Amino acid sequence: METRNIMIVGVGGQGTLLTSRILGGITIKAGYDVKLSEVHGMAQRGGSVVTFVRYGDKVNEPIVEEGQADVLIAFERLEALRYAHFLKKDGVLVVNDQRIDPMPVVIGAAKYPENIIEDLEKKYKVLKVDAMAEALKLGNPKTFNVIVLGMAARHMDFKKEDWLEVIENTVPPKTVEINKKAFEAGYALGA
Amino acid sequence: MSEKKLMLGNEAIARGAWEAGVKVSAAYPGTPSTEISENIVKYEDVYCEWSPNEKVAMEVAIGASMAGVRSLVSMKMVGVNVASDPLYTVSYIGVSGGLVLVAADDPGMYSSQNEQDSRAVARAAHVPVLEPSDSQEAKEFTKFAFDMSEKYDTPVILRTTTRLAHSQGLVELEDRCEPIDIPYEKNIKKNVMMPANAIARHPAVVAREQQMSDDGAEFPINRIEMRDKKIGVITSGIPYQYVREALPEASVLKLGCVNPLPKQMIIDFAKKVDKLYIVEELDPIIEEQVKSWGIECTGKEILTVLGEYSTNMLKKAILGIDEKLETPAQVPVRPPILCPGCPHRSTYFTLKKLGIHAAGDIGCYTLGAVAPLSVLETTVCMGSSISTLHGMEKAKGKEYVRDWVAVIGDSTFLHTGVNSLMNMFYNQATGTVLILDNSTTGMTGHQDHAATGKTLMGEEVPAIDLYKLCHDGIGIENTYVVDAFDTKELEKLIKQETAREAVSVIIVQAPCALLKSNKPKPAYRIDPEKCKRCGMCMKPGCPAITKAEDGTISINATMCNGCGLCAGLCKFGALNQ
Repeated sequence: METRNIMIVGVGGQGTLLTSRILGGITIKAGYDVKLSEVHGMAQRGGSVVTFVRYGDKVNEPIVEEGQADVLIAFERLEALRYAHFLKKDGVLVVNDQRIDPMPVVIGAAKYPENIIEDLEKKYKVLKVDAMAEALKLGNPKTFNVIVLGMAARHMDFKKEDWLEVIENTVPPKTVEINKKAFEAGYALGA
Repeated sequence: MSEKKLMLGNEAIARGAWEAGVKVSAAYPGTPSTEISENIVKYEDVYCEWSPNEKVAMEVAIGASMAGVRSLVSMKMVGVNVASDPLYTVSYIGVSGGLVLVAADDPGMYSSQNEQDSRAVARAAHVPVLEPSDSQEAKEFTKFAFDMSEKYDTPVILRTTTRLAHSQGLVELEDRCEPIDIPYEKNIKKNVMMPANAIARHPAVVAREQQMSDDGAEFPINRIEMRDKKIGVITSGIPYQYVREALPEASVLKLGCVNPLPKQMIIDFAKKVDKLYIVEELDPIIEEQVKSWGIECTGKEILTVLGEYSTNMLKKAILGIDEKLETPAQVPVRPPILCPGCPHRSTYFTLKKLGIHAAGDIGCYTLGAVAPLSVLETTVCMGSSISTLHGMEKAKGKEYVRDWVAVIGDSTFLHTGVNSLMNMFYNQATGTVLILDNSTTGMTGHQDHAATGKTLMGEEVPAIDLYKLCHDGIGIENTYVVDAFDTKELEKLIKQETAREAVSVIIVQAPCALLKSNKPKPAYRIDPEKCKRCGMCMKPGCPAITKAEDGTISINATMCNGCGLCAGLCKFGALNQ
C-alpha cells in the first residue's frame, strides 16, 4: 500500500500526544510499518503543535511534507488554517470548531481570522464539529479530542472494533469507558 | 518472530542500553534527550539518576566505566558543553566498561537556545560519533556503541536529533545481554591525567582514531547502497530518510559512524558515481573533510546550514523540481506561553508593576520575555542569570542594579546557578536573586531534582533546603521565602531587597500548575453584571482569559487553574470562584 499521511495539529496541552498514540496503535494492529513524529518541550506550553503519522508497507521519512496529507485533524480553527496547505488536493480536514486566542490576539497585536472554516470549505473537504460541546454532553470535556479522532476514523481504513480495542489499551484504565463512548460519538458524526 | 514495539527514538536508545547490559545511567533533563532516562528507569537492574548537571552526570558515568560496568550518560547538545571538560579528557583515558554519551542536537531549535552541531565537539575531543536514522537503528547503534567503546578503548557519542529522538518507529525487541563486571585494576598511568601521563596517552588517541577510520568500511553501520550511478549521496541520520524519499534511484553511502569518517570507503564510493552530493543537516562536517581529500562534491553550496531538511527541499535543491505547493495562510503566530495558573506569571507581573528588569535563565520562565510581560531581558545558558547580573553591576556600579534582579528556576539554580551565587557573595555584589521555586524541572516535563526529595528511581530522600543552602551554607543573611501568589508580600520584599546594598535571595515558591500532585483550585468566573470591561484582569496575559469582539471578557473554565491572580486585580469584585 502507498504510504498514508495523517497530521494532528492543535495547541500545546490539547492532548495531541494521546491522539497520536491511539493512531500509532491502530496502524500497528493492522500490520503496517509506521512512523510518528511529535513535538515535545517548549512548544507544548501553549504553542502551535503538530504530529505527523505515516503508515504503509515501508515508511522512510517520519514527517509529512506540504501538499501530502490525506487527513488533517485540527483541534483548533486557527491551527487548521495554519497547516491546511499540508493537505493533498483531495485530502480531508477534520476540524474542531473551537477558538483559542494566541497571545498576539489576546494582547491586541493581531486579529483572529474570521470565517476560517467557510474559507477552507471552498478548497477542501471539511468535516467540522464543536467537539467541546459534544464532550460536555458525554460529561467529560477532556474527551473532545477522541471525538474528533472518531470523526477522522471514517476517513482511514481501519475497523471500528479495532479502534475501540486500541483505545482500551492506550488510555488510562479509569477513562476507558468514557473514551470509547467519545469515539463512538465522533464516529457517528463523521458519517 | 520477535516482538515489535512502536518506540520513540529515545525509548529505543533506552532499550538498546538495557539490552547491552548497561548498569549505570546518569543525565540532566534536556529536550530532546529527556525520555531516555525516563524510559531506562522502567527497566530492572539498572541504576539511574538525575544528576544536578551534565558535567556531574558525565563524571558519574566515567566512574562507573572505570569501575568496570557499562554506563550511559545522556544530554541535550548544550549540555555537552557543560560536560565537555570531562569529555575531552576521558577521551585520553578511555574506558574499562563501555561508556556511551548520547548527545541530542536540535536542528530547527524546537526547544533550544542555539543550533550547535555536536559532531564538531566530538571531532575536537577525538571521540567517535554514531548517528542512527530511525528508532530501530537507535537501538542497534546504542548496542554497537558499547561494543565499539570497549573494542577501541574510547567513549562513544551517539548523536541524535529532535526528529529522531521524538519520532516513533517499530523496534524489534531482544533480550538483555549478561552485564559485564570487569574487576577494577589500579592503572595510574591510564587513569590519572596529569601532564606526564596525558603526554603518553595522546598518541594512543591519534592511533585509535586512525584505526577506526581504517576499520570503518567493515562496520555494519556504514553501508553502500548502489543503485543508479548518475547521482551518489553521502548522508547519515534523519537526512538519509529524506534522501530515500527524494532520490529513490540514487546510490547512497549511508554513514552510521560519522566520526572518524571511513576515508577509503568514501574515496571508493566517489569513484563509482558521476555526481556526488553530501546531505547533512547543520554544519558541513562531512563535506569539509571529503573536500579536503580532493574529492569533488556538492553540499552547502545548494543546501542550508539552518534548521531541518525535508524531502521537498532536497528535490528542489538537487533535482530542480519545484513542487507547486499551496501558499501557507498568513495567520497570527502562536508562540509558547506560561500556562494558566503558572506561578511565574505572578512573579513577572509584580516585577513589571515595579518597573524592574530581570536577567533571565533557561526554563519555562524564559517565557517572561514574551509580551505582555516582557520583563526578562537576558538569557544565555543554564545558570547564567546570576552571573550576568553580577557582571552588569561590576561594569556599571551598584546604583545601576537597583532596579534589576536575576531570576532562576530551582532546578537551574542547582544545575550551575549556585556557583554564580557563591561568586556574588565572594566578590561583594549587591544584586537580588529570585529563585523561582516551582518544585520541579518544569520545561522538560516535570523531572525531580536534589531539592524535591525524590529520585529518578522513585526513592524518597532528604531534599536540599534552598533557604538553608543560601542562608546557612553560603552565608547570605538576606535570604527570604515567599509564596508566589502572595503578591503583596512579594512586592514588599522585592522593593526592600533591590534597594539594599547587599546580596539578597528571595525564594519565590509555588508548585508548577501542571504538577500532578498540585490539585487545581476551582476555576474563576466573571460576573457580567459587575464586570466593567476595563481589561485589568487581562494584563498578566493569562491564556484562559479572552475578550470577545463586543468587549465581553470571559474565562475558559477548562483552562483556568484557579490561581486567583486575575481576581486580585479586579477592583469591582467581578471575578469569583
